[in-house]
Amino acid sequence: MTHDLVRRPRWKRTALVALALGLLAILGGFLAGPAAASAVAATDTLAGGTAPVISGSLRNEGEPLAGVRITATGDAGTVETTSEDDGRWQIEVPAKGTYSVELDESTLPDGVSLADGQENPREVSFGNTTRAGVIFQFGAGGGAAAAPAPSGADDTTAVPSSPPTAGETAAPGTTTDTGTGGRAFGVVLGARARAGLTFGLILALCSVGLNLILGTTGLNNFSHGETVTLGAVLAFAFAALGLPMWLAIIAAVAGGGLYGYLNDTLLWRPLRRRRAGLVPMMIVSIGFALTVRYILQFFFGGSTRQLPYAQGPVFDLGPFSITRNNLVSMLVALAVVIIVSLLLMKSKIGKATRAVADNPALASASGIDVDRVIRIIWITGAALAALGGILYAYYRPGVTFNMGQQILLMMFAAVTLGGLGTVFGALVGSLIVGIFVEISTIWLSADLKYVGALVIMILVLVFRPQGILGRKERIG
Amino acid sequence: MDFSSILTNALWEFFNPITAAYALGALGLAVHFGYAGLLNFGQAGFMAVGAYGFAIAVLTFGAPLWAAFLVALVCSLALAALLGIPTLRLRADYLAIVTIAAAEIIRYVVTTNELTDVTGSANGLAAFEGGFYDLSPIPSGSYSLGFTVISSRTLWMLIVSWAAVAVCAVLIWLLMRSPWGRVLKGIREDEDAVRSLGKNVFSYKMQALMLGGVLGSLAGMIFVLNTGSVQPANFGTELTFFLWTCLLLGGMTTVLGPILGAMIFWVVLSLTQGILTGLVESGTVTFITTVQAGQLRYILVGVALMMLMIFRPQGILGNRKELVFS
Repeated sequence: MTHDLVRRPRWKRTALVALALGLLAILGGFLAGPAAASAVAATDTLAGGTAPVISGSLRNEGEPLAGVRITATGDAGTVETTSEDDGRWQIEVPAKGTYSVELDESTLPDGVSLADGQENPREVSFGNTTRAGVIFQFGAGGGAAAAPAPSGADDTTAVPSSPPTAGETAAPGTTTDTGTGGRAFGVVLGARARAGLTFGLILALCSVGLNLILGTTGLNNFSHGETVTLGAVLAFAFAALGLPMWLAIIAAVAGGGLYGYLNDTLLWRPLRRRRAGLVPMMIVSIGFALTVRYILQFFFGGSTRQLPYAQGPVFDLGPFSITRNNLVSMLVALAVVIIVSLLLMKSKIGKATRAVADNPALASASGIDVDRVIRIIWITGAALAALGGILYAYYRPGVTFNMGQQILLMMFAAVTLGGLGTVFGALVGSLIVGIFVEISTIWLSADLKYVGALVIMILVLVFRPQGILGRKERIG
Repeated sequence: MDFSSILTNALWEFFNPITAAYALGALGLAVHFGYAGLLNFGQAGFMAVGAYGFAIAVLTFGAPLWAAFLVALVCSLALAALLGIPTLRLRADYLAIVTIAAAEIIRYVVTTNELTDVTGSANGLAAFEGGFYDLSPIPSGSYSLGFTVISSRTLWMLIVSWAAVAVCAVLIWLLMRSPWGRVLKGIREDEDAVRSLGKNVFSYKMQALMLGGVLGSLAGMIFVLNTGSVQPANFGTELTFFLWTCLLLGGMTTVLGPILGAMIFWVVLSLTQGILTGLVESGTVTFITTVQAGQLRYILVGVALMMLMIFRPQGILGNRKELVFS
């Protein structure tokens, strides 16, 4: 690897990458399209070919409301239903069109009433889709009270009887009348690109640790998805304990870092000391992933639960609008990604990290404490993954015990594409994968959106295993 | 707590056709990893291809039993070729990522609503097993196994599935003792050495991938014929990792290892489940629910997989000298 020494200075390349990232982000900001089109273009294709359905989920402060009568009146007549035990309801209507959906307030449980300003009955119209979602707000008004049902868009194993409702865009008073047909292509593309940028930035937070651990220790860490889940679950738990949300998030990220520290100290460092091979370590990480996943399920349960403020207002910025959560997620992820990039480029520990990722033996010989660097990578990587998990829980939306596992392969796709083990590979790869996944839903059914990224990952591994930023000798 | 029913349930796992399916799937992994050193993390994909190939051939194309069986096998061969041609030259952990991705792609494709007419999407398919059970020569009625009573239908499935395991095990045992098997083991130990002897390493690896894939698709067919339905959620990455646990438990470089591993896996799962549920229901253990008791056993699987890998990677029957990784 002598030619390493005569390569052009690495910081130049990393600076270029950071610049490119910044530009992409700014571009994405302008691409922010009209609010309604983001996550919902996904849900309409899910229901293709079935009878038109109006559906929703009734929740008051997170508690499902059962047995509430809802009627839909349209040109073709009146249909009525009552909500299930889990608060869900759906009405099959004879034809698309405009319906007036009314909630019978006398069937609401005692002490529960519609929020101030909640329209009842409400007008719902179908776009090009066969599903329309309606959300009724209860209690004292405000965003947090009525949480939408778990979106099916990210969870392909969802039972089809649970209608995917408006996820990201379930803002008060909006209905999901989106469809690619009735809308200019550019607008849809912009909306998907913006959603993809958010997803890509979240993915970048999640996969930085995965890639740095891979780069420094050679471990394909299959339990990294569980770190992502842990962040979201911890945030949920701390919030449920009564902590304010900002404190809960900080505590959850700190918890993630502690988890990373314990991971390294109790499991991986002893294994490195034993000189365990890479394949056995990979299988150990799989066993560890199963263990942690089901421990999380043991305590958290199998259901999807919403974090506080899962439903926020929509900001109108002239021609553009964006949900508050999306905007905040994007900004937080972008800021953290930039800080991490700067730290990697400028700080002492960042330089040491890059040195270890480049060549652990050489780094060790030049006086870098490799074990310490690896420990710090585990801590920060896990903390970043935890933060990514919290933002991902807002993005999907909802917290489940296997949410991290669902995007583990997306993280692998991102680091593979960017360059296995390279420091900035995870960032570049994540943005590309995130944007690609979301844009592909314009043509692909939403439940196939991960397929495209997986196919690309396979193609990259076959034709350019070192990825975009990697160098050939890494492929061994 | 009803100990006799817990024991009966656990004993049944020795005979359960599902155990046979796991044994076959793990045997396929033994061919892949134990004998050829190929890190296949997508065995669930091969099983899904077998299961769906069979079910779709019957339901969509009205194929007779033998044709559906052949379709399933050909599909798994095609998948092996598709995966193997580009990736067998790559490093071991790359093959692992490619195979796990391929298995997930298959699961997403059979789950999508776009193909509901063919795959039944998330609900899966059912009512394709009629032809198989029509073949049964066993008069209908109930049959006693000594500790439990099963229907003629289950008995037929039991006989066929374990016969398949026995035939495959003998076949693999003979193959691995043959010159072909010795070359394969040579590739596992030192690929370059075998190449220098003039052997076509790629071709041997491909044959091993196909052989293990066919075993996987057989396992998939048994899996779904037993229940009479095929559901995509059953073919997630967990299935692959459970098979790996069976394989590592029994010993990956042996023929009997994966079979023994599958039996132990299911018996232990059934015992822990029975005892935990019994403890919860009888009120002895109050701090967990029966649902949590069910999850506890998967935690156990994960811990077992880690511990096996760290402390006894050769498994119960394996020989430490014959380890794929040192």
